[in-house]
Amino acid sequence: MQKRERLRDRSGNAKGGTLKRLAPLIAMALAASISEARQFDLPPADGGQVVEELVIESTTDLAVFRPMVEAFQLRNPGLAVTYHELTSNEIAARQEEACMSGEFLADVVISSAVDQQLKLVNDGCAKPLLLAEAERLPDWARWRNELFGFTFEPAVMVYNRAWFREQGAPQSRFELIDLLRSSTYYTGRIGTYDIASSGLGYFFAFQDALQAGTWGRVVESLGRNNAKLYCCTFEILERVADGRLLIGYNVLGSYALDYIEEDDRIGIVLPRDYTLVMARAAFVPRQARSPLAASRFIDFMLSSQGRDILSNDMRLLSPIDGAERLERLTGQKADDLETFRPISMTPALLVGLDEAKREIFMRQWRAALPGPTSRR
Amino acid sequence: MVSLQSSAPFSQKTQSIAFRLGLAMLIILVVAVIATILAASRFGQAASDETFDRLLRGAALQIAERVYVSEGEVGVDLPVSAFELLSLAREDRVFYRVIGPEGRNLTGYEDLPLPDERKAGEPTIYATSFKGVPVRAVLMSRQLAERSMRGKVDIIVAQTTAERGALARSITTQAALIIAVAAVVLFFISMFVLQIALRPLTRVEKAILAREANDLSPLDVAAPREVAVLVSAINRFMGRLDQRIEAMQNFVADAAHQIRTPITALRAQAQLALGEKDPQRLERLHRRLYARSVGLGRLADQLLSHALISHRADVATLEAIDLRRVAVEAEREIRAIANQPIAVSLPDDEVMVKGDAVSLREAVKNLLSNAVKHGAHPIGVTVTTEAEDRAVILVRDAGRGMAESQRARIGQRFIGDGISPESAGLGLSITASVAQMHQARILCRNGNGFEIGLEMPRVEH
Repeated sequence: MQKRERLRDRSGNAKGGTLKRLAPLIAMALAASISEARQFDLPPADGGQVVEELVIESTTDLAVFRPMVEAFQLRNPGLAVTYHELTSNEIAARQEEACMSGEFLADVVISSAVDQQLKLVNDGCAKPLLLAEAERLPDWARWRNELFGFTFEPAVMVYNRAWFREQGAPQSRFELIDLLRSSTYYTGRIGTYDIASSGLGYFFAFQDALQAGTWGRVVESLGRNNAKLYCCTFEILERVADGRLLIGYNVLGSYALDYIEEDDRIGIVLPRDYTLVMARAAFVPRQARSPLAASRFIDFMLSSQGRDILSNDMRLLSPIDGAERLERLTGQKADDLETFRPISMTPALLVGLDEAKREIFMRQWRAALPGPTSRR
Repeated sequence: MVSLQSSAPFSQKTQSIAFRLGLAMLIILVVAVIATILAASRFGQAASDETFDRLLRGAALQIAERVYVSEGEVGVDLPVSAFELLSLAREDRVFYRVIGPEGRNLTGYEDLPLPDERKAGEPTIYATSFKGVPVRAVLMSRQLAERSMRGKVDIIVAQTTAERGALARSITTQAALIIAVAAVVLFFISMFVLQIALRPLTRVEKAILAREANDLSPLDVAAPREVAVLVSAINRFMGRLDQRIEAMQNFVADAAHQIRTPITALRAQAQLALGEKDPQRLERLHRRLYARSVGLGRLADQLLSHALISHRADVATLEAIDLRRVAVEAEREIRAIANQPIAVSLPDDEVMVKGDAVSLREAVKNLLSNAVKHGAHPIGVTVTTEAEDRAVILVRDAGRGMAESQRARIGQRFIGDGISPESAGLGLSITASVAQMHQARILCRNGNGFEIGLEMPRVEH
């Protein structure tokens, strides 16, 4: 059960105009409320004197991230870490406010909402860093020496293994569309993110729509089969495992990989036509108090030791060697490198955050999928 | 003998032509390189701006195309491709803003600044700053002409300037590098060409050095025009040197010839006088010894005078002088040794000629001296003008003058008998030299006494 607990990712949360306008207020309220609830103080590994302090704000639960933080503390005696668990919207709102006021909030900001991270960097909130390990990062996983992607997380399809034992699970979007057309059995038995409430779901859906012409047909198929929409990855995985759902579409692969280690009722497919890949992004805010420790921390996550922790302990993988490791983990051979379509860290991500654009995209989505049939 | 071989210490500091040309070349090249690098830097900035402004305009255009009107509302459906276009500038941050017909912000960064002035009908590109960093922005307007909506939508797209600065720097650096390398190559080529161009000078130098010390014949070296001028100047100089040396040798020969005989005679008579006991004959010998030594002195005077004249003929510059003054001075100097009055007859107005006062005075002194020695009393010197443009200076005496045969040989070196110290030969030779130097004619008249003198052109002063 402990395992399940840590699978609650914090990337999913409502975002929208109202929230944005209220952001400063919310940020203040949050700042007060989070201080006790989701703040963790990790004293130096050797229990000795505190020499340095590092404050991390992250969407990833400490339960998942602890091995990384502890390994880093082992290499840096006297380093105390304060770890805040926040949702991506909380981070975006708080950091935007801090960026304008110059207030100190954190030394490292980590979020799976790459688009929001990129906007913060675009708005000049980040400090440029010279990281030795970052030289090995592919171009898509870094921007301006300020934003660094350190994970390799595919958007996968998950399926109920028992149901697909005989017929075999769909291996691509085309096969999925054909499958959904062939039978009415899947009505109400396919799930994906509710993009209105899941930031990650919106992000994947928006990028999906940019990739290929299949998007329209996928959405239409989902709509026709009355697909169920969920806020969080765990909800989908749980339901696919126990058979309430048969297929989950566009699910965060890292959590799925983690889930199947304990529960083999679920199978994972990296869609053959293309597999979106995103990298969690980290940056050091301009007003960081320990910028050196912060940049050392990011460098550590990108180092080979950090990559091993990311891959083995967290299943988050790394942009540097993620593709090979992922093939090993899933036992699936990607036909060619074209299959992986990493979501590039460029200002193009700003488009998905544009209010007007979001409204248009949501309108199209709702036309096919009127609303969440289930929330938790 | 002047030595051409030793590199005589020059009084002025000299530098090689190659060095001076090289220095000038270097200065010109450095100035040219600096100027081209400045130009390249401006060009680089302009080229880079043009490239990246195209991205901005393209992105703005793509956004403008996606402005729509739906149910009486203006909206914009941001195209991802516009931002992907801007992302080609990998390191640059992107800002955008769309303003609707009533000045209402449709989307984007609400505080992105507008340009101070906008161009009508075309996109306005301007530099401004946003969020504390310099940005380059484009403002593009799109006129709406829908049934339900009129007015214009403004699209602003802005980008930070890191990549365009980097491109400009890279263009400039490469251009500067090429220019600098070209300049260095050019410099060495020009040095090489310079050496080829200066080779004729080396040839001349070698030709001169290879000569015998006493070879003063003209140089015969193939040389380009500029150097040929130098060669001919050298040749002219050597010609003059040759003449001077010849004149000197002549003088030495003359002097030796002229002086040896009287000295021999003097010594013989002095020897006679030593052995003579008879007071009467001794006295006669004494008198002769005296006369001989006076003659020898006069000969020495004349030789020196001649040397002086031939020297001056080469070096003296002719100036406007008053011929009356020449007559007066010559008379004053001769009077001291003549022991008799010399009549000087001068006009009231000055008689100007172009000449060398010293040479003319020597000539007149010689004529007067001849008249004192050989002519008869009274002796006089006259200055007159003839016609409009001729001046004449004449020495007159009441003697017989010169024989025809003697007169014909005036101007030759040895017209005296050479033995007699009283010979007028050298004196006339001097006069002839002076006449030649002044483009004058020697007048020589026998009639009522003897007249000899110079006639030369008059000048206005």
